[in-house]
Order: sequence, then structure tokens, then C-alpha cells
Amino acid sequence: MKPHELFLLAFNSLKSNKLRTGLTTLGVIIGVFAVILLVSIGNGLQTYITDQVSGLGSNLIFVIPGTTGGGRTAGGQQTNKLTFVHAKDLSTKLKEIALVGPVIQKSATVKYGNKSDKGTSILGTGANYPKIVKTVVTKGNYFTTAQERSGAKVALIGLTVQDLLFRNQEPLGKYINIAGTRYVVIGLLEKKGSTFGIDQDNTVIIPITATQRQFGVTNVNSIYISALKPELVPLVKKRAEEVLLKRLTEDDFTLQTQEQTLSTVSSITGVLTIALGGIAAISLIVGGIGVMNIMLVSVTERTKEIGLRKALGARRADILKQFLLEAVMLSLTGGIIGIATGLGASYVISKFFVSEVTPWSVLLAFFFSVAVGIIFGIAPAFRASRLSPIEALRYE
Amino acid sequence: MKNSGLAIELKNICKEYATEEVITKVLFDISLVVKKGEFVAITGPSGSGKSTLLNILGLLDTTTTGTYILNNIDVTDLTEDQQSDIRNREIGFVFQSYNLLKRSSVLDNVLLPAIYMGTDAKMRVARAIELLTSVGLGEQMYKRPNQLSGGQQQRVAIARALMNKPAIILADEPTGNLDSKSGVDIMNILKDLNAQGNTIIMITHDKNIASIAKRAVTIMDGRLR
Repeated sequence: MKPHELFLLAFNSLKSNKLRTGLTTLGVIIGVFAVILLVSIGNGLQTYITDQVSGLGSNLIFVIPGTTGGGRTAGGQQTNKLTFVHAKDLSTKLKEIALVGPVIQKSATVKYGNKSDKGTSILGTGANYPKIVKTVVTKGNYFTTAQERSGAKVALIGLTVQDLLFRNQEPLGKYINIAGTRYVVIGLLEKKGSTFGIDQDNTVIIPITATQRQFGVTNVNSIYISALKPELVPLVKKRAEEVLLKRLTEDDFTLQTQEQTLSTVSSITGVLTIALGGIAAISLIVGGIGVMNIMLVSVTERTKEIGLRKALGARRADILKQFLLEAVMLSLTGGIIGIATGLGASYVISKFFVSEVTPWSVLLAFFFSVAVGIIFGIAPAFRASRLSPIEALRYE
Repeated sequence: MKNSGLAIELKNICKEYATEEVITKVLFDISLVVKKGEFVAITGPSGSGKSTLLNILGLLDTTTTGTYILNNIDVTDLTEDQQSDIRNREIGFVFQSYNLLKRSSVLDNVLLPAIYMGTDAKMRVARAIELLTSVGLGEQMYKRPNQLSGGQQQRVAIARALMNKPAIILADEPTGNLDSKSGVDIMNILKDLNAQGNTIIMITHDKNIASIAKRAVTIMDGRLR
């Protein structure tokens, strides 16, 4: 039989049972759609988070207390041994090659008048903090070294704090109440958005000395070190380690470069993408099984038709090819529609969330849908071609 | 290959069905010769073996022993695909229950044998239209079979049977599902086809229908009488 004749036969057969054709195609559509969309979202998340982390500032090295992985006491508690002394040591010894800034993080309620903002992240930093971590002040100024030294009660507020406390009011120069102490607002911070669902704009930055005094802390949560040049990062890391080891043991701190942070983050998001892809793959397989089911049912339902076709002169191969072609056409159509809707949905989602289409997921979905047609079409097609014409004709 | 002028030559055909417990013998030593241009009716009560004989004649079933020569070709021991080809070229079927594809148009149904034969698309459509017009269905070509009456459906089946100009037409109770008027119409068409030189073998249990054929053969308990 000529190929185009075969194509016509299969096409007519599919066209003549629109409901069956539609339902089968739907199975593949949903599978391909899910693969493209979920992989896009996973990938978009990965890019987004990587951008966020890189956006913190380049050349960054974090000193955090304890060790990552192991080194914790039985209760899971970790004693923080990092203090201002260590920050000061680092600052002096690394003066030529890096900027050093200790950070204290607290959570507190911020009030203005009768309005309040609970669970605000209070960040105590040095005056050099904007030079270490990218921090943009949209209005007003960051505090000065003098203000840092004196422990001035000044604050810079994020967008969320601004919206909650100062709707339609000018915040600059106003006094806010942070956990019972009055601070004057001297600057507004640029919008940062949210990471992992945590609002990065619900933040207040105050001088670290003020934080220390108000909350009575001697420890710091972390020390940020920014190498003056990217190529100095390894040297800074090495020297910082030497400095810290004079007063601390190896288990008391961890030095983490931005690169390490990025690789940790991308390994997490990588797992996420794989998990999403796995879910999508399952739906693709379910769709494929749907195609096979319909094809098997269709062989049974069309037994008499197969008998008749054979009586009229169809060879085994003609029947085999027709059923196989029907299955391939079904899954190919489903695949193409699935790709189109998947791309469309990814585009829509990218408008208000994150998603980034990856070519490999489109290719994978496409070839998988064709493979589904062939693999799940073979068994029913083979069964159909083997039917004896007289048995098939007698079938009711 | 010699041309004997014979459409069908059956020599000592036997047919047995074997199940796990028993062997059932359905046809015993059937020998039958049908000349080209004949119109033969095979009659017999139900269970006599006439359907099995028709299936063997139509290469839908195989013989246990014996020889079958169709249009000067020995078709006794062919592969499945060879049987398909012979059915396609040499045999036109008219079934009691029409066996049309419900979801395809009348025209597509008639075209089917020519598609499997590989006839050129234009030629086969022209022939199908010609055949449908000749059985009075020139206006109904694009309808679905279930939009037609039983008699009309059987006429579609006859047009389909003629599509590839077969050596023989095998009709299995062609009027069995029809009212008497439609039955008469169908028999008139078959008579006309025979008059034009087509060889027709018809199975029926109806003596009146059988009498329309030029020759009647009776089968009883698997043996020709």
C-alpha cells in the first residue's frame, strides 16, 4: 500500500470517531503540557534564585558560626562563638585586600503611631555595609561611620515597612519604635522582592552598635567579607581563616564564598526541577497508557471492521501499519498541541511568577509523545493484524 | 497456465474443526465445479455446512484436505497475505448483514477494495461512482450507510464486491435481512450481473430464492446431494 493511502486510511478512521480520538489526544496533551510547564517553572526558579544570590554582591565571603553539616551538639543547638572581636581582627588584618562588616539579625515589632509591623527583620550593620552587600537607598542616606560609632538611633526602612506604617506619609525624619526604642528614619531602601516566600522588604537596617546596645548581644550572626577584587577571593578566604584560627577552632566557624553558596542553592533548585520533571514524566506515562488503552479497546471494538478489511484484501502489514499510524498520529497531534499550550502557559506564568522554557524539555516531550505512540501502539496493532478474518467477521 | 474455462474447481474437500476433546467433521469429500458465467445456488438447512463451504470458497477459511482451484490458480495452500491478495482480486463478497463500515461514507466503502489493490485514485473513484450509479445510488454517495435502507445498503455491498472486477461473487444469504420487495430488487441485480457474464455463487436456505439461480446444489450434513 502506498504511504499516502495509508495515511488517508488512518486519518479517516480517526476522523470518523471524534470522541475517541479527542479523549486519547487529551491524555498526551496533558502529559506534554505538564512536562514543559513544570520544567519551565523549575528552571525559572533556579535562574531567579541564582540571580537573587548573585545580586547580593560579588566577591562576597560569609563567615558564619559553627560548621555546615556535622559539628552540632546532640540537641541540634549550636553555640555561636563569633563576636565583634573577630570582626575587628579581620577588619584590621585584611585592611588592604577586603572590607569586613559584621551583621546582627533580630526579629522585632516596629511601630509608628497606632500602626505596627510584626516580625520585621532588624539588621544591625556597619556603615560600610552598602559597599559589601548591594544596598540601594532610594531616598535619604545610609548612616555614617560616626553614627555607627556613637550608636545613633537611626534607621533605614524597607518598602513593606514603609507601606504598613507610612501609607501616604513622608517617612523621612519620623520616629519609629523598634522593640521599645525610638529610632529616626533616615533612609528608604529599594524594593528587593521575596525569596523562598520570605519578604525581603520587611526589613529595617540600623547601626550594629545600636543593635548591640538595645538587645544586649555580644555575638554577631555573621561577618560579611568583600574582597576588593574578584581574583583576591581565594587569598582573602585563606587569610581570614588564619586570622580566625588564632582565637577560634575550626569547628567554631565556616567560611563560605558566594560561589559555594550558589552551588548549594543550585543543587537545591536542581533537585526541585528534577522532582517537578518527575511528576510531569508520570503524567506523560499515564497519558501514554491512556493511548494504549484506547488502542486496545479500539482493536476489540473494531474486530469486525478488521475482519472485513481482511476479507476485502487487506494484508497483515496493512492492518498493522494502519493501527500503528493511527497511534502515532494521535500522540503526535497531542504532542504538538501539548507543546503549544505548554509554551503558552509558561509565557503567561512568566508574567507574574517565574518560568523559563528549556529547549530540552520541549524536545524530550516531543520525542516522548512520538515514542508513546509507537511503543503503546505496537501491541494493539500487532494484535489486530493477527486476527483471523473469519473469526473477526463473526465477532459481534 | 491452462485456461479451463472453470471459475472454481473443488476436489475432495474435507473440513474438520479440532478442539481439545473432539474433532468435528463439517465437510465430507466435497467436489464441485463451477464454470465461468454460472449462477449457482448452494442450499441446505442450517448446520449443514454451507457457510463453512462458502468461507472456504472465499478463502476466509482453510481446508483440512482436498484441492481448491480458483480461476485456474491452485489456492489450497497459500500464506495469509497471498490469500488476502486473491480475495482482493478474485472474490467479491456480499454478506447477509452487508458489513459496511458504519462511520465511512457510501463512496469510501465502495472504494476500499481498490485502495488495498493500489488502483490509481482517479480511476477508482470514477469506477466507484459508475458502480454506485448502476445500482441506483448515484445520489447517495456521500451518505453514511445507516442513513440508507437495508436494500440500499446491500446494493452498496454489491457495488463494493464488483469494485476490483473479481472472478467470482460470493453471496451469503444476500436477501436474508431484507423485506420481500428489496429482496426481489437485489435478486434482479444479481441476475443482471450474471447476464453480463459475472460468476455468482449464492448461499441460501430459501428454495424460492435458490430457484432464481441457473443451478442449485444442496448440501446436507456436510455432503453434497
